[in-house]
Amino acid sequence: MSAPQRLSVENLSIEFGGVHAVEDVSFDVEPGETFAIIGPNGAGKSTIFNLISRLYQPTSGSIHYGEQDLLRLPAHKVVYTGIGRTFQNIELFEQATVLQNLLVGRHAHMRRNPFSDFLFWPGVRKSEIEHRAKVEDIIDLLEIAQYRDERIADLPYGARKNVELARALCAEPSLLLLDEPASGLNNEETDDISFYLEDVKHDLGITLVMVEHDMNLVGQVADRVMAINDGRLLAIGSPDEVRENPDVQRAYLGVTE
Amino acid sequence: MQFLFKTAYNDDIRFLAKTGEKVRVAIVVLFLLAAPLFLQDYYLAELGLLLVYAIAGVGLMLLTGHTGQVSFGHAGFLGIGAYAHSVLLAHGLPFIVSIFASAALAGLVGMALGRSASKMHGFYLAIATLAFGILIETLFGEWSSVTGGHMGLAVPSLQVFGMSLTEVWQQYYVDLFFALIVIAGAANLFRSPTGRSFVAVRDSELSARCLGVNVEWVKIQAFGISAAITGLAGALLAHHLTYLAPDVFGVLESLKLLLMIVVGGLGTILGAILGAIVISLLPVGISFLKGVLPAGIGQTAGLEPLLFGLIIVLVIIFEPAGLYGRWMKIRFFFETFPYYRKSSFVRQKTYLKTDRMR
Ligand SMILES: Nc1ncnc2c1ncn2[C@@H]1O[C@H](COP(=O)(O)OP(=O)(O)OP(=O)(O)O)[C@@H](O)[C@H]1O
Ligand SMILES: [Mg+2]
Repeated sequence: MSAPQRLSVENLSIEFGGVHAVEDVSFDVEPGETFAIIGPNGAGKSTIFNLISRLYQPTSGSIHYGEQDLLRLPAHKVVYTGIGRTFQNIELFEQATVLQNLLVGRHAHMRRNPFSDFLFWPGVRKSEIEHRAKVEDIIDLLEIAQYRDERIADLPYGARKNVELARALCAEPSLLLLDEPASGLNNEETDDISFYLEDVKHDLGITLVMVEHDMNLVGQVADRVMAINDGRLLAIGSPDEVRENPDVQRAYLGVTE
Repeated sequence: MQFLFKTAYNDDIRFLAKTGEKVRVAIVVLFLLAAPLFLQDYYLAELGLLLVYAIAGVGLMLLTGHTGQVSFGHAGFLGIGAYAHSVLLAHGLPFIVSIFASAALAGLVGMALGRSASKMHGFYLAIATLAFGILIETLFGEWSSVTGGHMGLAVPSLQVFGMSLTEVWQQYYVDLFFALIVIAGAANLFRSPTGRSFVAVRDSELSARCLGVNVEWVKIQAFGISAAITGLAGALLAHHLTYLAPDVFGVLESLKLLLMIVVGGLGTILGAILGAIVISLLPVGISFLKGVLPAGIGQTAGLEPLLFGLIIVLVIIFEPAGLYGRWMKIRFFFETFPYYRKSSFVRQKTYLKTDRMR
């Protein structure tokens, strides 16, 4: 795994048919830190992730990971810089098993050649076994061994969340974007997730950037928090500072009350 | 328990992990090897044809069943393989060179089609591949200096390494040889990175992309491999047909290939083989029906396409997982007897997937 770098986002903006989903947002995430993004529904949190993943093309601004200018890369090259992610709506390979999903997570580290794969040359077998060992480490870390050979379509929701996290980890990222890792989970499962995230942070030293509504979880794991509303930055600081910020309180009251 | 699992990766990688599966496959392969001993020529030729269709089915399955890219024009690749092989043979190329060259040509055309189709989804992809199929069929008809046009083209007789293989059983073994290679190769693909990237693109282009899968390139590869395998089947088919005409490789043939994999069960190699069996038995069933039905209905033109369509619709409604899915249920029933419950196969819950991005 490559060492974590600083993620720096500068003056990032994107419009969808006149709607400013993200407007002039700048922030840095330091290597090894846990950074949370909060904001009401439709604030533009997922859009920021999709911009970093290069799924969306920004109208202006820049995104750098260390020295690397991400805007120069196509989406499928982003993972090679060390940035992995999960999705708000869980994007697993539904008809494949957990194991197969996790092995796709190793894709960026695998050599692939349709001809040698078709013939399953000895080299392919050797590489399969090596990557399988890496996958098993992640399976142990997130304790999903009992699901290994289950199809995703047959898994309960909470297990899917874990598997998606596991799949992202299989790519050995140095920075992980987590889009609402606890949404839809009950209290117990949320505790588990925060426990796993602590593990991930300490065992693997990965920088975490997470979008999360659960303020308890944010308070537990985040070093710094950024609040946004209507695509604009409201505040950046420690969880307590951001919670106390009058703009943030107004944004939340205005939407939820 | 953990430890036990970890020493056994090699077992997991074997494509026939369970003893039961090994035995079943061994029985089928033995049956196929020994078939010329007890089958009459007519049935042996039919079995050879079935194997050829199984190859074509595996080809289309890789693309539609495993990569999720529908093709309504695959008969075009079957035709490219058949025509190219016949033309090359007629120019004196040895069988082995000719059949691989024909498959490669079909594969290249497939990659070209895949390149234009790699940004398309659903309806547009269906129309584009359909148009491709029609284009190729027209080409066979119009390019008469090479293809013989609508007059047709005679296929040179089967000769491998200078040996003339004109007996039915000889041709059967050639078909069987290629069928075994293609089926084993396809199974290999799905225990290695290439096949997994196909499945990833089928199930979620979005997350495949974020894991480093070059989605467009994977589609081009899938089209290429699929077309090459179907082209290979086409070359073998040419020897069964002995005379090529453009309309053999028309839209109806493409539909037949699709019917095969849908009925067999999308997304499994076994499904393609089961589908080939159904397709081969269908004419028998239809001629039986014609005898039983009142003459008015039995003699109606277009009974076959009608039945094709009807079968696709019934399968999609009652057993979307195809014959393969049915087989899994039957096996599960016996393996878990008396604990089988219908709900074992009911999805626990379906979750919303965002349609905003693909
Ligand atoms: N592909 C798209 N096309 C058009 N509009 C989009 C697109 N993606 C996002 N938007 C718009 O951008 C705004 C921000 O959406 P985003 O999904 O980033 O919100 P969010 O902060 O993640 O909200 P939530 O908490 O509900 O997940 C919304 O108004 C949304 O409708
Ligand atoms: Mg969101």
